[in-house]
Amino acid sequence: MTYSASTSDWAVEADGLVKTFGTNRAVDGIDLRVATGTVYGVLGPNGAGKTTTISMLATLLKPDAGSARIFGHDVQRESQVVRQLIGVTGQYASVDETLSATENLVLFSRLLGLSSSQAKVKAHDLLEEFHLTDAAKRPLKNFSGGMRRRLDLAASLIAQPPLIFLDEPTTGLDPRTRMQMWDTIRRLVSTGSTVLLTTQYLDEADQLADRIAVIDRGRVVAEGTSNELKASVGESSLELRLADNRDLDDVRVAIERVLGVDPTVSPEAGRITAPMNNPDRVTELLVTLREEGIHLAELSVAKPTLDEVFLTLTGRGVDDAETENTAELEGSRA
Amino acid sequence: MTTTTITPSPRPTTTIVPGVQRTLKNRVSIAETLSHTVTMAYRGLLKIKRTPEQLFDVTLQPIIFTLMFTYIFGGAIAGNVQNYLPIIIPGILVQTVITTSVVTGVQLREDMDKGVFDRFRSLPIARIAPLSGALLADTVRYLIATTLTITMGVIMGLRPAGGMGGVVAAALLVIVCSWAISWIFAFFGVIARTASSVQGISMLVLFPLTFLSNAFVPANTMPGWLQWFVNINPVSHLVTAVRDLMNNGTFGADAWISLLGAAVIVAIFAPLTVKAYMRKA
Ligand SMILES: Nc1ncnc2c1ncn2[C@@H]1O[C@H](COP(=O)(O)OP(=O)(O)O)[C@@H](O)[C@H]1O
Ligand SMILES: [Mg+2]
Repeated sequence: MTYSASTSDWAVEADGLVKTFGTNRAVDGIDLRVATGTVYGVLGPNGAGKTTTISMLATLLKPDAGSARIFGHDVQRESQVVRQLIGVTGQYASVDETLSATENLVLFSRLLGLSSSQAKVKAHDLLEEFHLTDAAKRPLKNFSGGMRRRLDLAASLIAQPPLIFLDEPTTGLDPRTRMQMWDTIRRLVSTGSTVLLTTQYLDEADQLADRIAVIDRGRVVAEGTSNELKASVGESSLELRLADNRDLDDVRVAIERVLGVDPTVSPEAGRITAPMNNPDRVTELLVTLREEGIHLAELSVAKPTLDEVFLTLTGRGVDDAETENTAELEGSRA
Repeated sequence: MTTTTITPSPRPTTTIVPGVQRTLKNRVSIAETLSHTVTMAYRGLLKIKRTPEQLFDVTLQPIIFTLMFTYIFGGAIAGNVQNYLPIIIPGILVQTVITTSVVTGVQLREDMDKGVFDRFRSLPIARIAPLSGALLADTVRYLIATTLTITMGVIMGLRPAGGMGGVVAAALLVIVCSWAISWIFAFFGVIARTASSVQGISMLVLFPLTFLSNAFVPANTMPGWLQWFVNINPVSHLVTAVRDLMNNGTFGADAWISLLGAAVIVAIFAPLTVKAYMRKA
């Protein structure tokens, strides 16, 4: 049965995806829309359900409920078609450790239908493109994390798939290698690929993604462009530590009045965090505080981190989210 | 697919063919399945080449067993070593090659736990290829074990009366039967949780089958109840068939029984294994 062109502008459409492991709802009703030709970032802490979501979209895992289509093709009914349209670079190396880089690329090329000589040319080109030529014959055991990731990505590009899944492509890489990976991803997009990547870093999603979905405990808690997302958290955030905790309430009221935003209060730490859309207003706030005779122990301005995005969206920090996930896991094992 | 054109330039500037403009199919043809299987088998051979130490069991066991058993039992069972060789070499051959087939299950389990398996599953290839490829590549191990055992025998003075034809036929029979038996271990490999448990279960099955047979000692020296088992044990039939072929050049009832047994094993375990495998793959 052959499928001809369908007229879908969406590279990925997921509706109500659910995956349960035992009692743990790893993915709990996720909807996604990824437009063709864009980079889409799925941002979330460890255990949020990113890998599980990608696995379902990439036909590696069967959803318990919901459906997904890749360029209009259903991942379950037309899984073999979907596999012809995607490249998957997993969170953990998905290359054969016992083979050399060249042997890996030739193997995958052959499986994808290239002739023996075409496969060799392809392997050679990809190794050159990803600066791995010098290491082509060395066993993978001696590869650095960055080299392994590059080889992994190269292997995903053999068939020049129009959609590429990248699961945490830079986690564990040093800053320089990370920048190189970002460049590579940008280059991919410029050739017309659609990229869906997951990350734990807001700045990565910010740098690369046209749109971002923030996920937590298997749910999408926010979705939008990087700017929309940051606007909901504040361009930067203001953090105040008070000399006297009894002033917390007064400060909160002052922030609401002067900055017009809802601050997050951590009473134990005597700390108040507020999104700061307009840095000029901070001067006004400080003046107000002095007029009211409130003393500050510390003041800092920070770019929003994933932690703050989280705090704003869910009312809890990333650390809390991870602790909860661990607790759930331990609970299910007990 | 329209994307298999190769651009020789180091930095391909070709734009990617959009998903909606591609012609795609949701089926893998038989020819493609065979081609994927051969490629996967090629991978298996490359792995053997890269990690030759995993061939130790295949190479050392025939050598050590042949030396040990021949000199220990030779005098007691056949009067002297020379007369024992035609009895023991077929026995060791069968035992060694069948033991080798356990590796299929162990390696399959190890492989399925690795990241590369996720990539195989994400490629538009026949689902069965990693399994069928592994089974195909393993026949090379059987060939190595067979060649070494027979060579050892010849070095020690075995002169098979069945001639070259008989020896080759015997070798083929052993390889075919071991391949059939490897489906049992492949099944364990697919359903087990860890590679070491595959090894454990397989050895538990294998030990009684190979030792409670006529491989090393003629059945008529054993107590009655044991003779009963030894005589119905398919391994005994295979050993007898190999002896007939090597020593007389005859393809008799035992050979047919062995082939029938092999067919039955494949008929039962191939569907079971494939079904269990497809559920996980
Ligand atoms: N194969 C599995 N079996 C049981 N639980 C799993 C499995 N895979 C993932 N989980 C659980 O599902 C949740 C989401 O995991 P995952 O998708 O890997 O998150 P992320 O990739 O965002 O870190 C976690 O709580 C994890 O422990
Ligand atoms: Mg993950």
